[in-house]
Amino acid sequence: MSATRRGQFRLNGHGIDVAALRRSLEDPHCGAVVGFDGVVRDHHGGRAVSALRYEAYADLAEREGQAIVDEALARFDVRGIVAEHRVGLLAIGDVAVYVGVSAAHRDAAFAACRHVIDEIKARVPIWKHERYGDGAAAWIHPD
Amino acid sequence: MRLQLRYFASLRDAAGVETEVVDHAGDAVALYAAVSARHGYAMPRERVRLAVNGAVAPWDRVLAEGDEVVFLPPVSGG
Repeated sequence: MSATRRGQFRLNGHGIDVAALRRSLEDPHCGAVVGFDGVVRDHHGGRAVSALRYEAYADLAEREGQAIVDEALARFDVRGIVAEHRVGLLAIGDVAVYVGVSAAHRDAAFAACRHVIDEIKARVPIWKHERYGDGAAAWIHPD
Repeated sequence: MRLQLRYFASLRDAAGVETEVVDHAGDAVALYAAVSARHGYAMPRERVRLAVNGAVAPWDRVLAEGDEVVFLPPVSGG
């Protein structure tokens, strides 16, 4: 059964097509498809955010993202994982990251989806540059 | 040895360039110290990961002529 497992991580510079990614997970073996959309919000740390930009070290980001997906395929009882992360300029409401997981049963799908998004946030070399309502801007480098 | 440096995010803004070729004789720790002093970085090395030739590497990684070296500040994707 493991031969039919498949996973993919990609950077996306133009816009994430959530519906197409969701369709790519369809599988008659699977009773669960869990998707997480990370969306640009209009505030951070109490400041109004007007726009943001993501920058990646592309070679390493794609390698690290694919490693995260492959690790999750080995660790959880799931069939398919697709993940995309935006780079470039984004507006409020844009999808910044999508993680979709298909599995025979929902427990594994939820767990794998949560694991993949948490690992992407912790490990993949992508950086957020926020522009604020007052005209200031800053790179976000969490502690 | 000559090394190719690439900079990202706040470390690029502080450096004012995206890439640089440097001549460096010491290890990666000394390289970050030198670059940090030259570009006025406020980011301590303890918060930075090292990448060599497109892969994350420990700070005691031995550098070689022609290596591409990147200092990764804390990431903020997602």
